[in-house]
Amino acid sequence: MAANPMTQFEVYRIGPEIKIGVFDISFTNASLFMVISSLAILIIFNIGSKKNSILPSKIQLLAELSYTFVSKMISDTAGSKAKPYFSFIFSLFMFVLFCNMFGMIPYTFTVTSHIIVTFILAAFIFIGVTVIGFIKHGFGYLKLFVPSGVPIVLLPLIVVIEIISYLSRPISLSVRLFANMMAGHTMMKVFGGFVISLGIVGGWLPLSFSVALTGLEILVAFLQAYVFAILTCIYLNDALNLHH
Amino acid sequence: MIKKYFFQLIFFNLFFIKGVFAAESGGMPQLNPEFWISQIFWLTLTFGILYIVLSKIILPKISSNLELRKSQIQENVEAAERQRKDSESKLKEYEEIISKSKLEAKNIFKETKEKVLKDINSKREVLENEIDEEVKKAENEISLLKKKAPEKINKIAVETSAEILKNLIGAEVNNSSISAIVNDLSKKNRDKYYDN
Repeated sequence: MAANPMTQFEVYRIGPEIKIGVFDISFTNASLFMVISSLAILIIFNIGSKKNSILPSKIQLLAELSYTFVSKMISDTAGSKAKPYFSFIFSLFMFVLFCNMFGMIPYTFTVTSHIIVTFILAAFIFIGVTVIGFIKHGFGYLKLFVPSGVPIVLLPLIVVIEIISYLSRPISLSVRLFANMMAGHTMMKVFGGFVISLGIVGGWLPLSFSVALTGLEILVAFLQAYVFAILTCIYLNDALNLHH
Repeated sequence: MIKKYFFQLIFFNLFFIKGVFAAESGGMPQLNPEFWISQIFWLTLTFGILYIVLSKIILPKISSNLELRKSQIQENVEAAERQRKDSESKLKEYEEIISKSKLEAKNIFKETKEKVLKDINSKREVLENEIDEEVKKAENEISLLKKKAPEKINKIAVETSAEILKNLIGAEVNNSSISAIVNDLSKKNRDKYYDN
């Protein structure tokens, strides 16, 4: 019997139930993989930054390449003003990337396939960007909703559309990541189920699909982390350099 | 045949997929709010720690590493450039020295050549003079001998003719009369024997 493709997303408690007031903050498999991802990032980057040799070691090269990659991404999209937010975007990118990548190992849990996780990240970014915008430009930040060069007649409509699009940013950001991860993993599970149900005779076709999908999913895991980070940069760019 | 069975199998199995997954219930676990608070808590905790450690400890280190390397490479490149210039100037100096010494060597060669030529010429002159002198001396001697030769010859002729006469006629003839005849003959034939 093939397993339910959604069971892989189930969260269960590991260890005892921990409660603060009415809130249940028990350690779960999701928490475990958040901890593992964070630890992996910290360990890799700690080793990569420990000693500085002119000719970097492989792990140092990895750390430095990621550093320059994210740094270039930020300076390309948000300009030099976004420098203070570099470490946040770097942590965000690495966290999402490592959570996605750890999810690709069989029998692991994908942290980012949960809407609540991605939504909290996206909401934090949304609130942070909005606060930064208001601090930098005061009420002038509201000009973001009024694009220049639009006929007066269309202005009310455009403003409404702009406001809706602005408010939907956290939703689109979080749903994009969550849906991508969930859909990919579900699909792989479904094809895996096909392999089992079709058996030794017909199982080869879904198996080959499954193999191909694994490659695709690794790409998606990287791509979604990149998209998440770059959209954050773009939102930050809106807040820092008011273009409209 | 096998191919046909294969496709039939796939085709019919697709109908059973619904049955395969019929057991699922409850839909997406993501929408079950049971562990939402827990996930938010752990996300905040882990991401917070990650952010703090990365931003306070690790990223500054990587940044300084990169800066250091950049500056070091820059320094090395500059040093290399400096050394290149140095070596170029040294090369130029060296070439100058070489061309100068070449010129010097040429000059020395020329001078010595001239000197040697002069030396040879002077020596040759001296030698030629000496040879000339010797030749003159020899000529003088020869001419002296030539001048003296007729007298001696006359004397010998007188003596031999006296001897011959003595043997021929058995009587001593006066030397002075014989010498008068010889002198007379030699004066007569002088031009025949001595061209000068």
